[in-house]
Amino acid sequence: MSWFTQLLTSSLGKKLVMSLTGLFLILFLPVHLIGNLQLMADDGGESFNLYAKFMTGNPLIKTVSYLLYGFILLHAIQGMLIWKANRGAGGGSSRYQGGKSPTAWSSRQMAGLGMVILVFILLHMWQFWFQMKWGDIGTATYGGVETKDLYTIVQHTFKQWWFVLFYVISMIVIGFHLQHGFQSAFQTLGLNHKKYTPAIKTLGLIYSIIIPLAFAIIPCYILLIK
Amino acid sequence: MILDGKTPDGPLAEKWTAYRSTMPLVAPNNKRRIEIIVVGTGLAGASAAATLGELGYKVKCFTFHDSPRRAHSIAAQGGINAAKNYQNDGDSIYRLFYDTIKGGDYRSRESNVHRLAEASTHIIDQCVAQGVPFAREYGGLLANRSFGGVQVSRTFYARGQTGQQLLLGAYQALARQISLGAVTMYNRHEMLDVVTIDGKARGIIARNLRTGKLERHAAHCVVLATGGYGNVYYLSTNAMGSNVSAAWRAVRRGALMANPCYTQIHPTCIPVSGAYQSKLTLMSESLRNDGRVWVPKKKEDLQKILDGSLSPVSIPEDDRDYYLERRYPAFGNLVPRDVASRAAKQACDEGFGVNKSGLAVYLDFASAIQRYGKSEAHSQGLHNPSEQDIIKLGEEVVRAKYGNLFEMYEKITGEDPYKSPMKIYPAVHYTMGGLWVDYNLETNIPGLFALGECNFSDHGANRLGASALMQGLADGYFVIPYTIGNFLSKEIRTPAISTDDPAFAAAEEDTRNRIQRLMSVNGKQTVEQFHRRLGLIMWDYCGMSRNAQGLQEGRKKIQELRAEFWSDVRVPGSADEFNPELEKAARVADFLELGEMMMEDALNREESCGGHFREEHQTEDGEAKRNDADFTYVAAWEWKDGADSELHKEPLEFENVELKTRSYK
Amino acid sequence: MKLNLKVWRQANGQGKGKFESYNVDADEHMSFLEMLDVLNQQLIEAGDDPVAFEHDCREGICGACSMVINGRPHGPNAGTTTCQLHMRFFKDGDTIHIEPFRADAFPVIKDLVVDRSAFDRIIESGGYISVNTGQAQDANAIPVEKEQASEAFDAATCIGCGACVAACPNASAMLFVSAKVSHLALMPQGQVEHDKRVQSMVNQMDLEGFGNCSNTYACEAECPKEISADNIARLNRSYLISSLTSD
Repeated sequence: MSWFTQLLTSSLGKKLVMSLTGLFLILFLPVHLIGNLQLMADDGGESFNLYAKFMTGNPLIKTVSYLLYGFILLHAIQGMLIWKANRGAGGGSSRYQGGKSPTAWSSRQMAGLGMVILVFILLHMWQFWFQMKWGDIGTATYGGVETKDLYTIVQHTFKQWWFVLFYVISMIVIGFHLQHGFQSAFQTLGLNHKKYTPAIKTLGLIYSIIIPLAFAIIPCYILLIK
Repeated sequence: MILDGKTPDGPLAEKWTAYRSTMPLVAPNNKRRIEIIVVGTGLAGASAAATLGELGYKVKCFTFHDSPRRAHSIAAQGGINAAKNYQNDGDSIYRLFYDTIKGGDYRSRESNVHRLAEASTHIIDQCVAQGVPFAREYGGLLANRSFGGVQVSRTFYARGQTGQQLLLGAYQALARQISLGAVTMYNRHEMLDVVTIDGKARGIIARNLRTGKLERHAAHCVVLATGGYGNVYYLSTNAMGSNVSAAWRAVRRGALMANPCYTQIHPTCIPVSGAYQSKLTLMSESLRNDGRVWVPKKKEDLQKILDGSLSPVSIPEDDRDYYLERRYPAFGNLVPRDVASRAAKQACDEGFGVNKSGLAVYLDFASAIQRYGKSEAHSQGLHNPSEQDIIKLGEEVVRAKYGNLFEMYEKITGEDPYKSPMKIYPAVHYTMGGLWVDYNLETNIPGLFALGECNFSDHGANRLGASALMQGLADGYFVIPYTIGNFLSKEIRTPAISTDDPAFAAAEEDTRNRIQRLMSVNGKQTVEQFHRRLGLIMWDYCGMSRNAQGLQEGRKKIQELRAEFWSDVRVPGSADEFNPELEKAARVADFLELGEMMMEDALNREESCGGHFREEHQTEDGEAKRNDADFTYVAAWEWKDGADSELHKEPLEFENVELKTRSYK
Repeated sequence: MKLNLKVWRQANGQGKGKFESYNVDADEHMSFLEMLDVLNQQLIEAGDDPVAFEHDCREGICGACSMVINGRPHGPNAGTTTCQLHMRFFKDGDTIHIEPFRADAFPVIKDLVVDRSAFDRIIESGGYISVNTGQAQDANAIPVEKEQASEAFDAATCIGCGACVAACPNASAMLFVSAKVSHLALMPQGQVEHDKRVQSMVNQMDLEGFGNCSNTYACEAECPKEISADNIARLNRSYLISSLTSD
């Protein structure tokens, strides 16, 4: 086994993969959010649709996006493998369960939270990403440039209360996932220092509240106000 | 029989060096073929096994614990002495030697003690190289503190867990040899007999505690490092599993037990709280640096304390008897352990014990808190500090020094020692007696060696604080690796010892029968009940003070108890499985014999010395009175089943130190 | 005080275990283990098999005692081993669940006794400094910063009890391994072999079948010696760096 595979397949290496892919996904979230905020613009969908076209057309962004899909899959599969291995290491399921655990709920539920998020992502990709790529959707033209009219589809979807509810729940789940994942990624990388770790933890907490909240506001706004 | 300690000739300070330099050696190619069994993995055993492995011998190491790291050396709190003189306070090898001889009340062998003092400096070097995190000064160099009975600062420490850190160092050195294949480790194996062939120790019978199976293990020689026997008193600061069995099995095979009555009763332990008590917890001797020991002067105050209507804090200074300071003004609260313990007993015997059982005295930090508080306020530039400020600052200083001990006290007693004084009482802590060994640490059975607390060699009748760790590591790292060559150099032509030898079969059969006997009594009382009763007899008749009549009575009571044990003990389960009750039963059976020998030894020693106080031999003001004319010898006892033990003497010759009456007044 | 105990009974490693119920009359000043002594006295007198549990020093330092009390290794009090837990922290009439440290790498031997020899093998794989007796230089030759020695001590205070593994939902041994790695890494004497040590100890830990750390910090919360999970970060960092930079 080469040193590299040894590194990545050891217990610490597996976690390293989780940490690095996780950090990439954390970085991706604000980028995605900036795009979504275009939905709030009162311009009949022009900025959003142009943004969507840009995102699907630019070769650099396309490369990064395939990297992103890969990382999502890697993060999910590796997470499931770790979950399976860890479940097996616990010494049977006959533990007394009544005790009060000293750990954070989110830390213990990362695998479950992750599964919910994965389902959300798959649905999300089917509804928007797949439609944008291969779906039979209408077009819109802005200043002579023709684009697929994803905006209308989004508007339509976000007018269904049950979907908005699922979306909001998923954002709460992401919040909890981030609450553990953010600081955990730094711990796994060993980026730890008496002076800076408290700041990282605070930042992680703020991040895990602000970002999902911002995401969740958009469909609520569309459903209730627009 | 007059025993020969085999002390080498020559001036004291050069004996060891000269001896070491001329001792026969075993060549490396022969070492590879020679097998050594080491029993026990405390400081002495682990350090010996590791070092012998490093030298190239084939070592087999045994512990009854699940891991070598659990040996009771781990619990030593205070520190380890070494004559480094890093503090420039006049310390030297000679001074450490002298303090140890004097502290031991002139009942130890000069040559051994001097060698111990010489080795002490190397121990610190070795431990630091292993990564032991000793306390350090701001400059990065090693820190020291003082212990009882000495006037220099030579104790190295790692907070209140020095024993733990030293043991982990030795354990790690052992682990390294295990990984290199030089040492084979047998965890959860208890030695139940030593096997002798042609008069030499050639192996052991061990019980695999997990399966109950008896195993034969052969070697060219056997090293016992199995600790002390304080648990003969049931209640002691020893671990629950600490026992005499390995040593006692050797005694049953003809080894001699030296000075078994020398028991150290440690003055500062948490008092017994009830009949269910299983062990006693030590509060480090270092507390006596700042704590003041007292009892109330007036019986009416005591009565009010006991019925809860008066707090000890509100007793005025004049109504307190700081009896150590009163009786021993020169050393005050820092008198040696035996003196402090006896004084506490006397105070309680006079009816001044400060708890319901009448067996406790106060250890008070209020004046230390005041003193530190004032000096801290001064150094912080507070000119008129309030009483509260002083107490607060003082408590902080005390917390920094003894915080973990105070916490432990509160955990166990539920009382806050910052608010009201600690209650303490003496408890059995260490046994200076042990297997008789010569200068080579070899018992009278050739090829059978004893190290650490298991032997009798270095502490005389009383051990000074922070010297047990020093002795364990000196024996294991720096003495046995050399002296074992004396025996083994004559064994290089001996082929590997076979476990098919009839001696192994016979010893295994003996062990099996003994276990069978224990299992088949099937009586009504548990092992624990017998152990508690034995402990009470030992404490009452062979405890902090002894007299001839009591010792005779005690001996008779032990004999009766032993007979009762063998006819009424109940050992549940079977011998072929993991059975902790059976393990305990075998150990208590051995304690029941040892206890009797201790009474015999105490009865024979018609003097008071160190931890052994005979009421018949005291001065007018109640101090110990030694009898150098008749008792300057090591009493080594040979066990005679069912009859009086036979006394063998090793005269102690003092060529360098003048025998004086110990005075701490 | 009257207590109802639900104690895990398992005859040996092969058998299946279950909780058995017992009633015990205890004193509030007893330690938890003394309360179990009372139970065993009762059981032996009644001709039953006493509960096997590991214990030795009973002063919180040997690391032998190892039970999970009401779902928490060493019971409800922070920084306290089972042997130092006293019954005054329970109430009359309480029901107490007692079970062994559970982990695949810690197979049950009997009742509450488990086999923790995996920890020994991890230390044997590299948890030491390679110095033979006699090779040492003077103890004061290398100064060590006071704070750093103190931090090394904080890591070295580990008693090897395995509560971290029992506490961890994944039965990971990272706190144990990282404490030893940190202790030795923080002492200048330990730095020579640091990279090799980190690699071989992690390798051995994985071979023993412990789970992966997922940073829940249950270990830190339950450790009777309150060893910090910062040590785990140090191990993660050391492992990554030593993997990337070693020859």
